[in-house]
Amino acid sequence: MTSLLALPYWQETAIKLGLALAVIPATSLILVYLFLFKMMAFMQSRLGPNDTGPYGSLQLIAEAIKFLQKEDIHPAQADRRVFRMAPVVVLASTFLLYVVLPAGPDAVVQNLDTGVFYAMAVSSLSVLGILMAGWASANKYALLGGLRAAGQLIAYELPLILAVMGVVVQAETLNLQGIVEAQATGEIFGFGAIGNPFILTQFLAFLIFMIAAQAELTQTPFDMPVAETELVGGFHVEYTGFRFLLFFMAEFGTAFAFSALAAVMFLGGWWIPGFDVHDNVLNILGPGVMLAKILLIAFFIFWIRFTYPRLREDQLQKFAWKVLIPLALANIVLTGIFKVVF
Amino acid sequence: MTATSDREQMAYVAAQAADARINVELDTGDMTLNIGPQHPATHGTLRIACRLDGEQVVVAEPIMGYMHRGYEKLCEVRTYPQCTTLINRIDWLGSFANEVPFILAAERLMEVEAPPRAQWIRTILFELSRIANLALFLGDMGVQIGALTPVFFAFRDRERVLNQIEEVTGGRFHPNFDRIGGLKDDIPKGWIDETRSVMTKMRTFCDEMEDLLVGNEIFQARCRGVGVIPGDVAVGYGLSGANLRASGIDWDLRRDANPGLAWDQIDWRVWTHPDGDSFARYWVRLQETREATRIVDQLLDGIPSGPIMAKVPRIIKVPAGEAYVSTENPLGEMGYYIVSKGDLGPFRVKIRTPSFNNISVVPWVMKGVYVPDVITILGSLYFILGDIDR
Repeated sequence: MTSLLALPYWQETAIKLGLALAVIPATSLILVYLFLFKMMAFMQSRLGPNDTGPYGSLQLIAEAIKFLQKEDIHPAQADRRVFRMAPVVVLASTFLLYVVLPAGPDAVVQNLDTGVFYAMAVSSLSVLGILMAGWASANKYALLGGLRAAGQLIAYELPLILAVMGVVVQAETLNLQGIVEAQATGEIFGFGAIGNPFILTQFLAFLIFMIAAQAELTQTPFDMPVAETELVGGFHVEYTGFRFLLFFMAEFGTAFAFSALAAVMFLGGWWIPGFDVHDNVLNILGPGVMLAKILLIAFFIFWIRFTYPRLREDQLQKFAWKVLIPLALANIVLTGIFKVVF
Repeated sequence: MTATSDREQMAYVAAQAADARINVELDTGDMTLNIGPQHPATHGTLRIACRLDGEQVVVAEPIMGYMHRGYEKLCEVRTYPQCTTLINRIDWLGSFANEVPFILAAERLMEVEAPPRAQWIRTILFELSRIANLALFLGDMGVQIGALTPVFFAFRDRERVLNQIEEVTGGRFHPNFDRIGGLKDDIPKGWIDETRSVMTKMRTFCDEMEDLLVGNEIFQARCRGVGVIPGDVAVGYGLSGANLRASGIDWDLRRDANPGLAWDQIDWRVWTHPDGDSFARYWVRLQETREATRIVDQLLDGIPSGPIMAKVPRIIKVPAGEAYVSTENPLGEMGYYIVSKGDLGPFRVKIRTPSFNNISVVPWVMKGVYVPDVITILGSLYFILGDIDR
């Protein structure tokens, strides 16, 4: 990897670690404030938080302090070690996702050649944590929620990966930076000023990716593992205080990461039309562009979340296996044919 | 088989024990899941004890009584005017509608009839409390299915109706406004026009709910064909109100057994749906809310002039006798059977509440449904805990 500054390995690692620790909570805070607090309130003709700080933006700090103050309760029957580990596993999967998310030509923690593969593999780790939480809570609601989560996340992992395959075939690389580059240098019928964002050629894949991501993130209409009105919170029903906060941060942190993946793979990532792909300025401007695209995609995720009712578990499985997966396979075949013909 | 040696016998016992262990480990027995008493979907303290096979319900049994307040007994030690305070709190979302059948029963015993103006205003307030009650259901059903937004719209628009009720009665939730022989007060100035504009808003609210939920594919997938109650079963379990009409039974006490209120003097219709599923129950209530706004509009046009109170003695003593009056409340048939011995208060009051009967169909309808459907069926049966347990 060509680094912006030539630093010793340990210094570089320390800087990246510090950034990651600052960025990941910040991303989930942005999403919670912008969408969960303000947009949801606006959609539901409420005000949302407006007393704490300008436009209620410090409400988040208040909430975090509230969670930290709360007692850490373990159910008497709980498997204590697994119970304690579960939120950490879920959050770890979120942290690992951020490793490959690029925000500029050099602004990436680790530029893996198999970035897409890595992201997909790591994102499915959270299932393990959720299943652990559901099982260790010694609560029937939590168990139902955990098992639902396992079934759902495995079913939706497939269309997610198959949808991404279309992009990979077109970009001819598994490297996320390579995918951005392929979009930047691409042309639409010889017109290359805006590159070729894959949302145009891979629109079906984009739709499938977004639907599957919605399910991966357990957002409505696929939120049966949580399902407040039937499972009263599902797998995290027994969690309080800081451990609940970890689940909460993981949920929104992963939402941010998946939006970032979609932005990189379908919307052209950090590239700005008119710049060279390796221009150093993009290291500064890239994060801003990425943030804008991520927020745009996250807006759609949360818009749907606040509007739609929830499906039933069997309907969800039917939808995954009978609609999404065949569509994704057809998309790969079509992409392959076009790749060979043109 | 007889064992030939101790050693063989030990081995045999050990094998049997191992078999038993394996059988225990592989046993996929039913799981008992208590939905409630503390559960958001029961909006109160109802408990549904479910035996689950996987996520499928084998048996579901509603267990009530967690909020029993002994109103029937408490009424016996109160005077008639005092009773209405308690009765307000039975179906707490449509309080005024609870008072009316009780007062009508007492009036029947006393052979008093409220003047026509009082009857009309009674009917208006009755329908307003129906709208307030059903509006909340229309939004709440969305929450049961996972859509968060409709319920906030419902709370917002129900408040307008509650404001109108409050303006007349002084009580937002518990008006305690109906009196034997008439009403406590007349309607205030300007109220009629305000109410009319509120009714327009409520019709817009109904359209919103139709857009948000009724037309939504996921809502239909979750509700259509779920929790089907055929007409004969519905009659057999004594369902009433919209639950019965959603099963295709055309039965409405407002039309069929009007106890003297103004319903027979205006033009309106009873809505039914042939399907009997959760969707039908939602749809019927949606139409009923719309119809109620139309009823209120017509009633507002034709309020007769005159007094609002008949001549009744200052201290009310109800002559000895028995009377049963029931009306079509927001939840269904609500009736009061009053036995009087000529005292200041009733000797015995039996309250027939709709939710108690409506919930009795739960074991029948919940056989074999999935856990998420338990919630939607409960939601669409629409009960109020105070109305079950009183």
